[in-house]
Order: sequence, then structure tokens, then C-alpha cells
Amino acid sequence: MIIKQLSVFVENKKGRLLSIVEILAENDIDISSLSIADTADFGVLRLIVDKPNEAKAALKEAGIVVKITDVVAVVMEDAPGGVAAALRVVYDNDIDVEYMYAAIGKTTGKALMVLRPSDLEKAEEVLTKAGFGAVNPGDIYRI
Amino acid sequence: MTEPMRHVDIETMPREKLEALQSERLKWQVKRMYENVECFRNRMDEAGLSPKDIHGVEDLHKLPFSYKSDLRDYYPYGLFAVPLTDINRIHASSGTTGKRIVVGYTKKDLDNWADCLVRMLKAIGIDKSDVIHIAYGYGLFTGGLGVHCGAEKLGATVIPISTGNTSLQIQTLVDLKATVLCCTPSYALYLGEEIERQGLKDQICLKMGIFGAEPWTEEMRKQIEAKLGIKAYDIYGLSEIMGPGVGCECEAQAGMHVWEDHFIPEIIDPETCEVLPKGSVGELVFTTITKEGFPLIRYRTRDICQLNYEKCECGRTHVRMRKPQGRYDDMIIIRGVNVFPSQVEEVLLKVSEGNITPNYQIVVGRENNIDTLEVNVEMSEELFADDVKSIERIERTITENLRSMLGIGAKVNLVNPKSITRSEGKAVRVIDNRHLV
Ligand SMILES: [Zn+2]
Repeated sequence: MIIKQLSVFVENKKGRLLSIVEILAENDIDISSLSIADTADFGVLRLIVDKPNEAKAALKEAGIVVKITDVVAVVMEDAPGGVAAALRVVYDNDIDVEYMYAAIGKTTGKALMVLRPSDLEKAEEVLTKAGFGAVNPGDIYRI
Repeated sequence: MTEPMRHVDIETMPREKLEALQSERLKWQVKRMYENVECFRNRMDEAGLSPKDIHGVEDLHKLPFSYKSDLRDYYPYGLFAVPLTDINRIHASSGTTGKRIVVGYTKKDLDNWADCLVRMLKAIGIDKSDVIHIAYGYGLFTGGLGVHCGAEKLGATVIPISTGNTSLQIQTLVDLKATVLCCTPSYALYLGEEIERQGLKDQICLKMGIFGAEPWTEEMRKQIEAKLGIKAYDIYGLSEIMGPGVGCECEAQAGMHVWEDHFIPEIIDPETCEVLPKGSVGELVFTTITKEGFPLIRYRTRDICQLNYEKCECGRTHVRMRKPQGRYDDMIIIRGVNVFPSQVEEVLLKVSEGNITPNYQIVVGRENNIDTLEVNVEMSEELFADDVKSIERIERTITENLRSMLGIGAKVNLVNPKSITRSEGKAVRVIDNRHLV
């Protein structure tokens, strides 16, 4: 399933990460997953939240650069080899993965991953066909 | 297509003859200023000079300088050379620093000013069939009315729209079919973007634009020309000397002609105050030799400039000034290298690829007796991408371009939007933490 992810620019200053999550908290936005990619100079924070548009508006209002990016949510068995099986489907179809991270879902026995593939539609299609796409929206956004 | 010159005899006058004319006018000006302007008389006396010592342009270098601070010290009318009854119009500018300054024009001064602009308009091929959209500010600022009077004198159709209200500006450009746009270059760029965004480019009849009143770069010229599909001409002016039109480009777009029958430019070393050899880069200094109301002798503009005395391909003999490369007041010396905020701006403009130039701040420090240079650049939605690699690429491009532009290395920091210190709405461009003085 294609879902909306917030990508947030994090400048290299103490407390920046905290202020971002505080703004979200003040606006009653629930974070279900997050990951940060950083360099020595800055970071990009990636978030899955229950209300992406509201979250974007709140952060923008606070002078933070934020974009909404489409990513693919993948569901798999919470067992050894689960991630490998999903990734194999992607690579076998000549799709590159720009980044991925684990997400937290509510269903027990299942694991959730967020994936940013080079070809979004194709990745979604092949993953769904292979049985990795049946994510319950309420599960991933934790509505 | 080339318009006949306004005054062929004057505009193509051989240098020798031009200098003879300047000499006569300079002598006249020095004499009357000595009689009528106390500040000038005192400085002449202090230097042990009398108007009789000035025989022509060869003696110009002996004359005392005048400064921006004079305009504040003798505010409002202390530097006027005629009684107020002979003053026909007042202009004023607040400047970015300090008290405002006031200048005045006699009827003849206003005629000469308009005439200078007619020469310029004709030099870039504008004639009475053109419709001129003037989006410079009207009022005390010289920009709007200055260009306005020249355009009227030429007999063109003038639209005195002044500044602001972009949607009205665009509607007017479409409806009234202006062929010439006059405004600041940054506003031209903004208008171009809006017109493109609204898909109205094919409904715009503009052929050319005259842009000035703020520093701009060749890079911006290219962007404006591409976005609006026009030729963009540069105009230079300062209210102390006259207003817009002190210098202006011809069709050759190779430097701005200064009308030397009205103004004598010099290039001096700002430290030693010596006149530099022709072609040198230094501080631009102006002497007004026909101005009646508010004349100035050897006025220090603080602009960094270069003069080209070669005859222009347009046939005019009047000297051409290069676009000022910055202001001495803005210059910072880092590790012995002169750095100007305008250079940083040029790099950022290039990187932003036609989007609004990101806000920036130069921070200079000193560690272990070595100057450090950091450039903070505000992140924007346009520059931001979801992947780290493309942001790193932008950071690297800025760093590399800064190094080749400045000749020294700078550390680039990407910061949050609107996080750069502002003072009265304007971003503070330079923070020098070295406390050298
Ligand atoms: Zn020329």
C-alpha cells in the first residue's frame, strides 16, 4: 500500500529533533513510525503520522521545511527471513530501494516496513502480488 | 531599427572636445559653489584653494571630496546652491542607514535629467510608439518620477503604475500591452515567475526592460531575459547625483554610458584617495558640472567600479561604467581576501535555478589567529528533498562555487527558514565576530 510520509529537514542544532516532535504533540498528532538519516551537517527525519496534512501545516507554520513523500508500506510475517523475502521481490523486479525502516503496527504476528523504492507504483504492484501488500490503513497510521 | 541619437553632436563628441566642454562647466560650477555653498567654501579654504586655481578637468583631482555624511550634516537645505524659490522639486531617500537625505532640482536640472533619460531610451531603441510600464516607486524616491519624466519627454505612452499589487501589475501588462518594463530586477524576476505560473507569457507584449535601483548580477539578467522573453538593460543612478540615468546601457549591453557633459566620473583608491589610472578598479566618484540646485564636487559613492574609455560599438564616446561590483561599506576582508555579500548572493542565485534566492548570512570569526568563514543558507521547500544525497549535493555545489567565486573556502550550513537574524525586516547579511577594531 502507498502511504504518506512526512520528510522533515533537521538543521544541525541542539534540540531541533525535540522541538519537531513537540510541535506534533502540541497539535495532537500521533507518530507511528520514525527514522532519521543524518550527516555531520543536517538530517532528514521521516515520519509516519496519523494526520499527515495537519502535521505538515503545523510544522510549516513553525518555520520548518517539510514535504510529503509517497512510500510503500509492506506487511510480512514476524519471523526469520520475513524482511529478506519482501526485499527479494523488490530486487527481482529490478527496483532499487532508496531507504527503508521498520514500522510499528498493531497486529501481532506481523511486521511492518516502510520502503522508498525507485519505482513506487511498480514496487507496490509486485509486493501486493507477492502477498506483502495487505496493510490495514488503520494499522499503519494507527487511527 | 536603431533610433537616431538624441544629440549626435554631444553623444559622439571626440574626447578632446568633451574635455574642453567639461573644463568650462567645471570652472563655472566651482565658482558658483564657492559663492553659494558654505560647506564647499570652507573645504576649499582649508585646502588653500581658490576657484581661480581650477583651470579645467586637469585640476579636478585637487578639489576636496564630498561625502554621504555631508547630506546628513547639512540636512535639509544646507548644500543647496540656489535659494528655495528657484527649487522646482524635492526628492528624498531614507537610505538603509540613518537619517534621510534631501536633494533639490531647479527647472533646468529637471530638464537635463529628463534629457539624460531620453538619450538612454533612444539608445536602447525605444521611441514614441512604445508603451512604458513604470513600476518603480513614485514619490520622494527618485526612481518612478525620474524615469517617468524622461519617458514623457520622449513622447512615449507612460503607465505610472508604481510599485506593489502584483496581480494588478500583471493584468495591466496584459490589458495595456506595455512594450517596456521599468522596475527593480528582483521584482522583474518575481513578475516573470508569476506570469509563467499563470500561463500568461504569450499575452505579454514586452520587448525590453530597464532595471536598476538595486544591485543585480549577470546571472539575474539571463534569468529575467529568459523568463520574460525580453532584453534587460541596466540603469544606474543615485539621488545625490541626480537619480536614475546617471549611467545607462545602450543596445551593446557592454557597460553603462555616463553622460559626461553633465557628470565627470573618477575612479580613486578609497584608502589613499589618489586617482587611479584609466581602467583600474576603485571607488566611483562623481562631480556634477551642470547641476544648479544640488551640485556636488567629487562625491564619494562608495561603489566599487571600473571605467571604460574606449569608444563603444554604438558610436557614443561617453565613458562606460561597469556594473558596480559591490560597495566598500559592505566589503569584508577575510584572510586578506576581499569578500562581498553580492558574490555570495550570485552563487546562491545560480544554485536556486530560477527560484527565489535563499536567504543567507555570512559569519566571520577567528580561531587560532586564522579567520573563519561560514555561510548560513536558509533551507526552503524548493531546495529540500527527501533524500540526503541530493541535499548534500546542493551543499557541495554551494561550497564549491563559493570557493571559486571568493578564492577562499567557506563552511556552508543549511539552516531553518526565517532563522537568520533580521533587522527591520531585512536580513542581516554579515556578522563579524572578530572584533578587530
Ligand atoms: Zn554604447
